[in-house]
Amino acid sequence: MSLEPVDLLVIGAGPAGMSTAIQARHHGLSVLVLDEQPAPGGQIYRNILDADARRLDVLGADYLAGRVLAQEFLCCGAQLVSGASVWWVGDDKQVHYLVDGQARVAQARRLLIATGAYERPMPIPGWTLPGVMTAGAGQILLKSAALLPTGPVVLAGCGPLLYLLAVQYLRAGIELAALVDTSRFREGLRAWRTVPAALRGWRDLLKGVSLLATLKRAGVRHYRGARALRIEGDDQARALTFEHGGDRQRISCALILLHQGVVPNTQISWSLRLEHHWSPAQLCWRAERDAWGETSQPGVFIAGDGGAIGGALAAQLQGRLAAVRIAAQLQHLDVHALTRYAAPLHKSLSQRLAARPLIDALYRPPEESRIPADEVTLCRCEEVSAGDVRRYVDLGCLGPNQTKAFGRCGMGPCQGRLCGLSVTEVIAERRQVSPAQVGYYRIRPPIKPITLGQLAAESVPHHSRESA
Amino acid sequence: MPTESLFTQMACEFPRHTIEFDGRVLSLPGGVSLAAALLASGVRSTRTTPVGGRPRAPYCLMGVCFECLVEVDGVPNCQACMVTVRDGMRVRTQSGARALTCEAGEGSDRHES
Amino acid sequence: MQKTDYTIIGGGLVGMATAYGLALLGQRVTVLDEGDTAFRAARGNFGLLWVQGKGHGMGAYAQWTQAAVGLWPRLAALLLADTGIDVQLRQPGGFQLCLSEAELADEARVLQEIQAALDVDYPFQVLDNTELRTRLPGIGPQVVGACYSPLDGHVNPLKLLHALYAACRQRNVTVLNGAKVDDIRQVAGGFDIRAGSRRVPSERLVLAAGLGNRALGAMLGHEVPLQPSRGQILVTERIKPFLHYPTTYVRQTDEGTVQLGDSAERVGFDDRTSVAVMSQIAARAVACFPQLEHVRLVRAWGSLRVLSPDGAPIYEELSAAPGCFVVSCHSGVTLAAAHALSLAPWIAGAKALPDVSSFSLQRFTPMSEVAHAH
Repeated sequence: MSLEPVDLLVIGAGPAGMSTAIQARHHGLSVLVLDEQPAPGGQIYRNILDADARRLDVLGADYLAGRVLAQEFLCCGAQLVSGASVWWVGDDKQVHYLVDGQARVAQARRLLIATGAYERPMPIPGWTLPGVMTAGAGQILLKSAALLPTGPVVLAGCGPLLYLLAVQYLRAGIELAALVDTSRFREGLRAWRTVPAALRGWRDLLKGVSLLATLKRAGVRHYRGARALRIEGDDQARALTFEHGGDRQRISCALILLHQGVVPNTQISWSLRLEHHWSPAQLCWRAERDAWGETSQPGVFIAGDGGAIGGALAAQLQGRLAAVRIAAQLQHLDVHALTRYAAPLHKSLSQRLAARPLIDALYRPPEESRIPADEVTLCRCEEVSAGDVRRYVDLGCLGPNQTKAFGRCGMGPCQGRLCGLSVTEVIAERRQVSPAQVGYYRIRPPIKPITLGQLAAESVPHHSRESA
Repeated sequence: MPTESLFTQMACEFPRHTIEFDGRVLSLPGGVSLAAALLASGVRSTRTTPVGGRPRAPYCLMGVCFECLVEVDGVPNCQACMVTVRDGMRVRTQSGARALTCEAGEGSDRHES
Repeated sequence: MQKTDYTIIGGGLVGMATAYGLALLGQRVTVLDEGDTAFRAARGNFGLLWVQGKGHGMGAYAQWTQAAVGLWPRLAALLLADTGIDVQLRQPGGFQLCLSEAELADEARVLQEIQAALDVDYPFQVLDNTELRTRLPGIGPQVVGACYSPLDGHVNPLKLLHALYAACRQRNVTVLNGAKVDDIRQVAGGFDIRAGSRRVPSERLVLAAGLGNRALGAMLGHEVPLQPSRGQILVTERIKPFLHYPTTYVRQTDEGTVQLGDSAERVGFDDRTSVAVMSQIAARAVACFPQLEHVRLVRAWGSLRVLSPDGAPIYEELSAAPGCFVVSCHSGVTLAAAHALSLAPWIAGAKALPDVSSFSLQRFTPMSEVAHAH
């Protein structure tokens, strides 16, 4: 097959992808960016180019900062294909994707995976009911459709994003029924042991502190150290109940937004069988990368939250580092220039990431909402409970691929995105071993849905199938 | 059945579109994802699960959870959060597993199963 | 370590069916199984209980297969009674779909030859497109015809594996997971098996480790000529029931998903998928049932068949290691009932199997002699 290869193919037009593209173009590389959404920005800067003044006010300065980046990206000369759904990446850096129902293939010399993060699942009783969404979903509805909750909304879980959304809703005049926070002061105090390193990332820490202060001033009902969260309702959410200060609380609400951090979107990295390791600090899988972001497969890079959670600004720095390294590998940059570019980027990046261990410790999701009771649904697609998975372990399953075989857990349309971490942790806990020993689902094609007709069309020789 | 929407829209510069949802006519904001538009117009549940027949609704809004599956213009199991709403769309709740025939396909026979 | 009468190496469909059969006879059984990421043909199969076409040139295999499907209802009933798991056995007959006149003629000839060589009934029909359309509504115009056998059927292979594990547990079979065997020694009174730091002494031994049997046989001084053959399978989203018969290319499962196959590739120990083959399988599926064109693929996988040189099973008590049995086949689903209800009793000395010598390892030696002669 004669496909004209592009120097660099970037999957994802969030901050990491956009920064990589801009930097690579600066060094004269040909760049193709494939992005699923109708416009660039990823999730954090979703719809940044079209958001009106009122929305920008509500969303705040951090969101607005993405606009300059997106505008620069659109002008940098990278070819952007929006609405592109990557369904498979061959190990020869051949990328198979769909646009407008047409299956296309692109060949790259270097590949950068910038698929970002998504919400960590929060399997609590009732989490599958209509009316329950992620805090990220609340933000996306605000950013992309200017939608705000009509009535009182409950925010539950832990993590800076939860506080940020609460503050954004306050700015917009929305009533917060409650902020039900599973993080505790006690854990916070333990976390301060990591402070000396974290002081280099003092800006991030101050941000969290100021969000909390805003919430306090506004008199938001903030329950800290909440436990045993449970959503009530038959066909839709009606209330959230929880334990707090020795009492059982109940808050009537039809809209409950859950959040307990974000985790890397590792579908593509696992599908390529790249080396991953389990991070006990971040409670997720992280693809192995060197200082430039190159993975265990030569020529395949990861930048941004898709590799490990570090935030938007770290993502941009990683993107630029990967780009200069790729430029050097493709002989567009000599070794001295590479060092010159890279040194300040490495320095900024380590400053950016300095506060991470503290943030990870402060907002560590509690075990009970990661490794839930038997009755709780783990696999939403196939309706498999935590108890089912434990039974399979008792029958001899050592890992998630065996439990998948016994109960279809992870075989549904989401292909394990929403249950993978939970299943690994439930199995690990039942076997009393570390998640690292349990492993993760084997990720198979297609990474995103494709019809048989679309797939069949790939057998037919097609002239205009190169990137365009 | 008319229900109070969980979400309302901030500004009015979005065009209004008219679609059909489970046979009833809905007016909703255009230029947004179908999932957002349905939520804004009071729809609470968009599918029932194939295994247990349980009601579900959009959860992540970013294409990862596959909860927001609906039938769009005869095509089953479309992620509503990945489709931009269009005037005149015919949308239906995805009730369990899809049927084999697709009304959108040309030349496909009607097949009673 | 509790004394065990039999140790079975391999916790897949072959090993577990054999274990179950021995447990039904009251034997004490221990199974050693490798781990979560082993190749596991047991998790990668189409679920067919297939008679037609098997044993061409080897009547014993054709008869063995026929006997197996005859025993299947009993196995399904036993598993349901022991575990409550319904493995969804359906035996309505099956179709080998043919997309060219040549293919149809070839398949028909094979079946005729098998029939001629057997002294038992071997029913089948050869159908053209018109006749086929009355049995399989929605069959595409490109399907020239099909061979139908009323003996064919299908089952849910993953439920089968689950049920075998649960049933074995029910019958006190000990299953040791994460136990990859690295050494086997013959000792007085049986065998000494080492798996990592674990030592399992056993009077008798069954090698049922699929492709792993090669290395295990070597530990006992026997060549077990098995090679991997990759098959790729596509699985669609769930569909309301529309296909009530299994076919070789397309099968709708009890869950509503449709499985599409397959391929036979010699690529060594590579169980990944390839877009080229996936695309061909998709094209063929749409040719068979055009309405599948708009149906979504949810997953695709590759799995390694355990193939002997003639494709037929290997059942042998090793001459150099009496008390050690090699059990190997590529149809672990079809033959599961035979393994549990005929082979296990033969291994235990409770039943004679007059034709079992047809499946001996010895049949390969003359062939290699012939090869060397050239």
